[in-house]
Amino acid sequence: MNVLQEQTIPLYGRIVEKYSKLSTTAASQQARQSAFHRFQLLGFPTIKNEDWKYTNITRFLKDEYALEAPSAGAPAELSELLAKAAIPDLDCYGIVLVNGVWDGKIEGGELPKGIELHRVSDALSQPGDLFTNDNWGNLHFAALNAALYTDGLFIRVAANIVIEKPLHIVHVYTSDYNLMVQPRHLWIVDRNAQLSVIESTVSGLSGEVKIWVNNLTEIIVHNDAKLDHVNLQTAATGTRLVQQTIVHQKKQSLYNSYTFTLPGADLVRNDLQARLEEDHTETHLYGLYLTAGDQLVDNHTLVDHQKPHCFSNELYKGVLLERSTGVFNGKVYVHKDAQKTNAFQQNNNLVIGKKATIDSKPELEIFADDVKCSHGSTVGQFSEDALFYLRARGIGEATAKALLINAFAFDVTEKIKFPAVETYINQQISHHIPVNHAG
Amino acid sequence: MLIIKNLHAEVEDKKILKGIDLTVNAGEIHAIMGPNGSGKSSLASVLAGRESYQVTEGEVLFEGKNLLEMEPETRAREGLFLAFQYPIEIPGVSNINFLKTAIGEIRTYKGLPPMDAKEFLRLTREKQKLVEFDAQLVNRSLNEGFSGGEKKRNEIFQLAMLQPSLSILDETDSGLDIDALRIVAQGVNKLRSDKNAFIIITHYQRLLEYIIPDFVHVLYNGRIVKSGTKELALELEEKGYDWLKEESREQEATTI
Ligand SMILES: Nc1ncnc2c1ncn2[C@@H]1O[C@H](COP(=O)(O)OP(=O)(O)O)[C@@H](O)[C@H]1O
Ligand SMILES: [Mg+2]
Repeated sequence: MNVLQEQTIPLYGRIVEKYSKLSTTAASQQARQSAFHRFQLLGFPTIKNEDWKYTNITRFLKDEYALEAPSAGAPAELSELLAKAAIPDLDCYGIVLVNGVWDGKIEGGELPKGIELHRVSDALSQPGDLFTNDNWGNLHFAALNAALYTDGLFIRVAANIVIEKPLHIVHVYTSDYNLMVQPRHLWIVDRNAQLSVIESTVSGLSGEVKIWVNNLTEIIVHNDAKLDHVNLQTAATGTRLVQQTIVHQKKQSLYNSYTFTLPGADLVRNDLQARLEEDHTETHLYGLYLTAGDQLVDNHTLVDHQKPHCFSNELYKGVLLERSTGVFNGKVYVHKDAQKTNAFQQNNNLVIGKKATIDSKPELEIFADDVKCSHGSTVGQFSEDALFYLRARGIGEATAKALLINAFAFDVTEKIKFPAVETYINQQISHHIPVNHAG
Repeated sequence: MLIIKNLHAEVEDKKILKGIDLTVNAGEIHAIMGPNGSGKSSLASVLAGRESYQVTEGEVLFEGKNLLEMEPETRAREGLFLAFQYPIEIPGVSNINFLKTAIGEIRTYKGLPPMDAKEFLRLTREKQKLVEFDAQLVNRSLNEGFSGGEKKRNEIFQLAMLQPSLSILDETDSGLDIDALRIVAQGVNKLRSDKNAFIIITHYQRLLEYIIPDFVHVLYNGRIVKSGTKELALELEEKGYDWLKEESREQEATTI
């Protein structure tokens, strides 16, 4: 069956064309081929797909997109976007990817020994397969990416190396025509190594221009290794961002994820999968989505407990303003072998806009018997008592509401280990809660 | 300063206040006593502007202005302060940021320039000492994880910081040990002047040994059924409230 063929989507012809070009010229042809076949089988997701039930992307697929990026971004626009992504007082290494392509420059000093950064396009030209094979399951967009990607960022931290300063990766997306890009990244943190990555996604689009970012990031955290991973999604209106992150955790590894989505992008779909492939791993997934306008922000997470003695903890919070829509789907899968699993999940939402909605769905599938699992989901409005307390001290209603939103987000923001990033995100939050948003 | 005339209020269609008359002048301390469920906290809530209460009759003038027409924040900015019987916890809002915001908005309302950081710090230190409020607590989230006594002391600390003209203390003494009670009372005594006034709602005569009221009122079943001087508090302490209940029942019977 070829679902793709049956879908009447303007993109269809271009996808086939691009694939046929890549399948004869580019590296890793076999993997591309199987990914493309998978994508043909899956097609673009519709609300008939369980994982996309509340996230209807049909209207975004009606637009036409070119698959070839412009050769260089407008420099004036670029500096503005970089200023937006800059995190004041953060001591870090900084790199910039424009439409998924790194220019090879590093800010913040020379990289220490033991960490290497490459363009994926360069790494691909080395002998051997860069990416491991994956059948992409029901990840429609990951399959598409794996068929069509041309570039991205490859990081490797060698065994026993601790990189003290975080690496700040700024993803800039910019185009003066409708564009779909497929950046593909691979990060490897070797045995007993440590790395912190902060990603910022920004975009600058003029007028009616739309950009679709179909991002795929694969991460391997080896034995006893540690990765802190912060995601700051502040892309602009006109952006459709699908961000898939697949984390492979090996024995006794630690992976911490912090995903912040702010008003801007029309569509944000995050698929974050922590695959706990060996025992005694630890995983923390924190998320905060502050949505406004007509935004549709969907966080799908999967914690896949495959082996015993693993610990996972997840806390996602949402603040929904105006007419925005939020979706949270947190799946925790505990395999039969995964005894002594500890898995906790919490999703709390503050629905503020009168036309805002949230669909929150925890999904626990447990096949082991000796486990500790819990989950909770709440959807609420402002606490009248808290609001009254603040107002009774002379604080105006709008300010009181802004204080309460910041307080609600605090549980997540306080988890960030870099104070400069915490300050930055708090400012971003405050910036998006002007007085008139409150109603 | 405050004139309450024939105030009736209800909550969820239940009549709670059934005709309250009370006048408080600058420099005065009024104590309001009465058994549980009489409507003492309700009176405080109505004055502070809690929206769940409907005023069905009567009026309240505060410094000559119609209090009942004002938003809760306007009442506070005009100089009204309620120390809550049950101060709530607001995790994620720091005490200090909360006070800075409150003072900022009150000053803007009054057309005053913002208070500079140094002055704010000085004021905080001074008032914190006055009510012996732990400096550690000042920087924590608003009341989060505070003991009952710490919460009450925080109310008085806020009162000291905001310098209102009319303060209503709703059972600030309950849950306090004798030391904490003395500190709260000393705080109030240091803050009182001929320009401000206090309404002290209490259950026990205990607090009134430290804060000497000019008037004592007994609220029962939504009405002030008896007013007097501080001797009335002593009398209540000795005799309890039963005789009052009898008396008011008789009164009610005769008015029908
Ligand atoms: N939100 C509410 N809904 C219904 N009844 C209430 C509410 N708040 C207070 N009451 C009722 O109002 C009466 C007076 O309560 P309150 O003012 O708290 O008394 P006091 O402070 O004197 O103990 C009580 O009967 C109480 O049950
Ligand atoms: Mg009470």
